[in-house]
Amino acid sequence: MSMTCIETIQSYGLRSLGIGERLLPKTDITLCDQFVLIGSGLIWNIYFAVFALAVGFWIATLVALGKASPNPLLSAPAKAFIFVFRGSPLFIQFFLAYEIFVLIPKVGIDINLGFTTITAETRWLTKAWLGATIVLILNTSAYTGEIFYGALRSVPKGDMEAADAFGMSGFRKFRRIIWPSMLRLAWPSYTNEAIFMFHATALVFFSGFPAWRQSGDALYYASYFADKTFNPFVSYPIIAAYFVLCTLAIITLFGWANRRLNRHIPVAEKAKFRFKPQFIR
Amino acid sequence: MEMCADPSTLEGFNWWICYLTTGKQQMFYASFGTVLALLALTAPVVLVLGFAGAMARRSRFLPLNWLGAIYTNAVRGIPDIIFFLFVPIAMDQGIEYLRHKIKCPDVTEPIRQGNDFVVCAAAKMPLGTSPQWVHEVYGFTLALVAFAIVFGAFAANTLYGAMKAVPRAQLETAEAYGMTPRQVFWRIEVPQMWVYALPGLSNLWMILIKATPLLFLLGVEDIVYWAKELGGAKTSRFDYPHPDWRVYYFGVLLIFYLLMTWGSEKVFTRISRRLSHGQATLGGAADAQVTA
Repeated sequence: MSMTCIETIQSYGLRSLGIGERLLPKTDITLCDQFVLIGSGLIWNIYFAVFALAVGFWIATLVALGKASPNPLLSAPAKAFIFVFRGSPLFIQFFLAYEIFVLIPKVGIDINLGFTTITAETRWLTKAWLGATIVLILNTSAYTGEIFYGALRSVPKGDMEAADAFGMSGFRKFRRIIWPSMLRLAWPSYTNEAIFMFHATALVFFSGFPAWRQSGDALYYASYFADKTFNPFVSYPIIAAYFVLCTLAIITLFGWANRRLNRHIPVAEKAKFRFKPQFIR
Repeated sequence: MEMCADPSTLEGFNWWICYLTTGKQQMFYASFGTVLALLALTAPVVLVLGFAGAMARRSRFLPLNWLGAIYTNAVRGIPDIIFFLFVPIAMDQGIEYLRHKIKCPDVTEPIRQGNDFVVCAAAKMPLGTSPQWVHEVYGFTLALVAFAIVFGAFAANTLYGAMKAVPRAQLETAEAYGMTPRQVFWRIEVPQMWVYALPGLSNLWMILIKATPLLFLLGVEDIVYWAKELGGAKTSRFDYPHPDWRVYYFGVLLIFYLLMTWGSEKVFTRISRRLSHGQATLGGAADAQVTA
């Protein structure tokens, strides 16, 4: 039974979400099968990275402000948070979080949204889509928090004095002056963080979180094929190519944002993206 | 221990003493040694590979230059875990392929048959007749090579940048003294680059520490393996029954890694202060002011 590549896309294109053909190919695995299923798994990697970065960005801002605060009640927890999540392997964090989530009693919590009520089940925490996303959010918040904290300390004094001279204070000064400068200074490092956060999503299904009904990420399928065909020279280069393309996409997207953040800065002083491996988990 | 002979009669403190000294627990403790061994063995290989990679990138011989560029760039776009899964099995098949060609030249059947990789018995690595420890050492060595390849590429990036960071004036002075390019490189550039390389190398060490639990994925019986094994719930059929304790075991691993990274950071701060002493950098200048 052989399928054309179009049929393969139809049956396996959304397989990672549980849509389409139930059984994974076991024999007669074609190149098309491998491209389609690994690509399908990439949806998970993109989902994890987008959610972690989108939520983590805001928590990181709070963490950075906390660490920079003169009040030890704020700075001590922020420092401890950064230390724990940056000082230990993400792999161990996944395992530990999963075991903690398993121990939480299985109950439904009603959340009143005003117009409707939804029931959040605590058992969702043991599923990768929620549990792993929470770990990734906390992890990126710590790494990004440290980047933002460093940038916060390098905001030019002149900018602050100018804000004072305009009579700005409190939240307005933060929103208009400190925050944009902080982002501008942090952006090249933050680009690195985004790249390695995306790479780190490949760890999810190899740590504590099981893939439910064989719905996994790109690496889950790549290693499935390497096991089934006993040939690592096809599926791993395919997933490598996917990740290189996504990395280039991140560099392009963040490059646009960087240009926007730097548009008022003379050319020579613009912050440039440079590869820094310290954000690898 | 004598008192541990019949675990079912033990209680309280004695139960704990006996539980924490069982053979399996001791293998768990020993596996921390496996992690430290991996770190100790990988670090020098990483530095050598990194140095070679940086030299290749500086090379004026184009193919070598390209090879260096591809090697150092590959790790930027591809997650390290993919290398960790790919390199050991690829190496294993590569070695068996070569051994098959050499040791069994008269076998005409192809090595790849459908979904199978078939080599003659004499080409197996390690041989089917080898004792268990040979299999374990072989597996650990493949893991070590995978780590060295990935982190060598990062080190190459760092060292390449550090070589370029040595002030131009220093090199020009050396040239003015009549040193050959080779002498300038080994006597001026290499000794001075370390202070520029140190921040990058210390980061790399941290990443290396944090990558060690991935040994588990390579089939090595490391601390993650034992934490899962020992932490799982034990029914009353076992000598030391207990509920699911994996959360505590992984908690111990988390603390171990936090101590490792915290301690390393302290050491690197020291080294950096030592190295920047007397250097024409901000750190060196600050150091001079403090001591003056």
